[in-house]
Amino acid sequence: MNNLIEIKFRLNGKETKVKVKPALLLIDMLRDELKLKGTKPGCLEGECGACTVIIDGDAINSCMYLAINADGKEVTTIEGLGSQDNPLELVQEKMLEHGAVQCGFCSSGVIMTIKAFSDKMKASGKTPTREELKKSLEGNLCRCTGYVKIIDAAEAVYDDQPS
Amino acid sequence: MCFFGGFAAEKNTPLFFLRPPEAASKRTSYFEHVPNSNKMKKELKYIGKAARKLDGKERVTGQAVYGHDIELPGMLHATILRTKYPCAEILSIDTSKAMALEGVECIITANDIDVNNISYKRDHPILKKGTVNCERDEIAAVAARTKEIADKAVQLIEVKYKVKQGIFDPFEALLESAPRINEFGKGQEQFGNKNIAEAFHYEHGDLETEKAKSKVIIKRRYTLPRVTHTCMATSNITAEYSNLNGRLTLWSSTQVPFLYQRDVAHALKMDPSKIRIIQPVIGGGFGSKLDMLPFEPICALLAMKSGKPVQLLYSREEEFIASPTRQAMVIDLTTGASENGKFTFREVDIITDNGAYTSWGATTPFVMMQTFSSLYQIPACKFVSRAVYTNNPFAGSFRGYGNPQATFSLERNIDVMAEELGMDKAEIRLLNANYKGEVTGQGLHYKSCGAAPALETVIEKSQYHKKARAPKKGRYRRGIGLASMLHVGGGAKIYRSDGCGTTLKLDDYGYLTIITGSNEIGQGSETVLAMIAMEELGIERDKIKVINSDTDVKPWDVGVHASRTSFVAGNSMLGAIKLLKEKLTKKASELLDVAACDFVYENGMMRFNEKEIKIDKVVREMHFTPPHELCEVNYFYEPPSQFQDKQFKGDVSASYAFASQAIEVEVDTATGVVHVLDAYVSQDVGRVLNPIGLQGQIEGGLATGIGYALTEEMIYEQGYLKNPNFHGYKLLTTTDMPGVHFYPIESGDEEGPYGAKGASEAPLIPTAAAIANAVANAIGVQFFSLPVTAEKVLLALKEKQKTILVH
Repeated sequence: MNNLIEIKFRLNGKETKVKVKPALLLIDMLRDELKLKGTKPGCLEGECGACTVIIDGDAINSCMYLAINADGKEVTTIEGLGSQDNPLELVQEKMLEHGAVQCGFCSSGVIMTIKAFSDKMKASGKTPTREELKKSLEGNLCRCTGYVKIIDAAEAVYDDQPS
Repeated sequence: MCFFGGFAAEKNTPLFFLRPPEAASKRTSYFEHVPNSNKMKKELKYIGKAARKLDGKERVTGQAVYGHDIELPGMLHATILRTKYPCAEILSIDTSKAMALEGVECIITANDIDVNNISYKRDHPILKKGTVNCERDEIAAVAARTKEIADKAVQLIEVKYKVKQGIFDPFEALLESAPRINEFGKGQEQFGNKNIAEAFHYEHGDLETEKAKSKVIIKRRYTLPRVTHTCMATSNITAEYSNLNGRLTLWSSTQVPFLYQRDVAHALKMDPSKIRIIQPVIGGGFGSKLDMLPFEPICALLAMKSGKPVQLLYSREEEFIASPTRQAMVIDLTTGASENGKFTFREVDIITDNGAYTSWGATTPFVMMQTFSSLYQIPACKFVSRAVYTNNPFAGSFRGYGNPQATFSLERNIDVMAEELGMDKAEIRLLNANYKGEVTGQGLHYKSCGAAPALETVIEKSQYHKKARAPKKGRYRRGIGLASMLHVGGGAKIYRSDGCGTTLKLDDYGYLTIITGSNEIGQGSETVLAMIAMEELGIERDKIKVINSDTDVKPWDVGVHASRTSFVAGNSMLGAIKLLKEKLTKKASELLDVAACDFVYENGMMRFNEKEIKIDKVVREMHFTPPHELCEVNYFYEPPSQFQDKQFKGDVSASYAFASQAIEVEVDTATGVVHVLDAYVSQDVGRVLNPIGLQGQIEGGLATGIGYALTEEMIYEQGYLKNPNFHGYKLLTTTDMPGVHFYPIESGDEEGPYGAKGASEAPLIPTAAAIANAVANAIGVQFFSLPVTAEKVLLALKEKQKTILVH
């Protein structure tokens, strides 16, 4: 308990300081220490993608990432999307519009994966093909939807993108 | 104009058979047909139009509270110690070192508790003493300040075992020489064998006469694997007990809260009404939460003993090892057909691996026998099944409830039969298809029936004949396969009531609270109920609240299973709305000074000719002026289905669902990999309520069906699961999904809400059969077991090659 390490990072746009054990996983810091329960523990072994968050623009499994490695980085969780006035971002709107949510336990991770990928694509002015979108979501397991509507939602995020 | 009426009149005329198959149907969309139910004559504003999930925003923002997200003040965390051996005697349990660990608050073993056995056969002790019978057996449980401490503590519990040789093959367990596996089983008295947990026997028609009529008789053995639900949220429960009033609150993801309340009460020797079940948001069900399992009363006992709230969350590995599975089974199926292709009889003998204890899953033959007795017209059927105790983990219930297994065997046999007869595989199915008005040998009455239209649709839309006849050569070979299914679509009268209660509260501000007995497990029931309220009462969506998660509040319902919720809860909702409208009509008529009449409900108003009044004003007048009433009603809907008699005959569901799939695959003959290209799905859903929700059920079901066909299998060796993770147990991912082409058939069920019938289990039921049929079409290899893995395909191709070389 004595060897706590202080880390500083930006969490959902705010400077955050936390003292953590060196072995603490990012998902446990988010859920247990910071009470951000939107990041979901699906398998805790890097297989299901339910715990996906965005670090410096990359979608990562927070169950496979040590909290101390977030030091100095920009971390975005599902709670960091939207705003008080506009609670839903485009990805979330598209997920609802396309019926991509059933039980919803995978949804946070799916949304963060789509968000990270679409931010990168849009920054480089690209519109991915449906196959590329599928590939980008390969690490997110879902037992309810059969993925079709998730892929539809991911595709619709680029609807306003000039092709 | 009723589309199906003509078909019913021509039930004995094999029109489809005589017609060239390619010309079977020129229809483009079944949405265009006018449904035949009176309930559907009026123009509908919301029903049938895509609606977003009512409870969706919470789920896309991370604000929905699942069982894993609950934190109560002072809450402890629990871990279960499971057996080290699947079959052993327990000689001693020593918890002293674990108890001494700092942070441990409470440990229980079988010796510390006064409980009843669980499961419907009462053959399952919550905590085991004396013997352990399978890998998931619970020996002790720890509650500690943190999960880490609880995990560490169970490692410190010392258990001495005398290891015994287990029995992992049900056929071996049936031998006279086999030891008795479950000491509470009553197989000897009930079924003449100590290791039979449950058995069913069903017959109709004259089997011998039908056999004599048969030109071809096909007998095959089908072997079905054990697969599991893999809900994305693992099993979880949080328990709190008050010693002030003896009340227990369980935050549980059960699918059947009222049956569960009763089961927990029986297990803990409590009064059911002292137990409150609250369902947090549920991260997947699929049937896995139909049984109450040992971890649930264990968590309650820890809370009762420690005096603190306790939470128990499964790890993913534990979820694989210790949550329900689909039944592994061996089906011996013999079927006959006459010279012209009419089915004559079916004879079925099934051995199910029950595992060490009996869950509701042992009753899946209820559903399976329907498929054998009543899918397609069948003059005679004999069905025998035995669920046999083994030292494998016990199976549970899983979406489809035995029907994927039954349908796999039946639809494979039909393909083999067609080949033997030299008949077209589509034609033989159409010739024998069920029809509206049919009463089957088992007594199922098809008051609406989209069986033949569903078949015709997939045959046409998939270009079945063209693809089936295309030459098969080269490394990548394409094939197409057909399969159909029958499932209950209007609940199932198994429990003493198959009903659902609804309470409606319309408040002084025009907001409607729907308090429903039904459950939301992600399938979209809240949305459908809200759509019905919008349709009937003209109340806007933002003014509708659904309360459905607390047994202290909500009226009784049997639970979410058997694809029943839209049907039963929807009808209950319509019944309650009728009562609410009676109240509103009476008051509004007074206020508007008109004779009691049919008001039009729109945009928060009640309107009659030119007169109109705000609905909330009517409620206020009702409330604040004599005789002072609230605008609240209760209604209980019990479907008009029958209990089956002792011979399992009777019209057990208020409606039946039919579906067909045509699936196209591509087999890589170099690697053995089967790639599903396109799935054409047509299903008699009665009436489409929420197209986007329905489509989601179809695609999701299909994905589970494809996994069952090709990739999923729990691999056991000597009672130990060898692949308890997503790395070894392969779910489909985004890149594995085929193109999905869905064509709903709106047969307009007279009893269903707006004509709708149950839909959600159907899409996975025929999938594995259709895929295996497609693989046979592609490479000429017949698979009679699942999953059809790349390895099996390669081996089979090698065998086939050898045979060709030898000849």
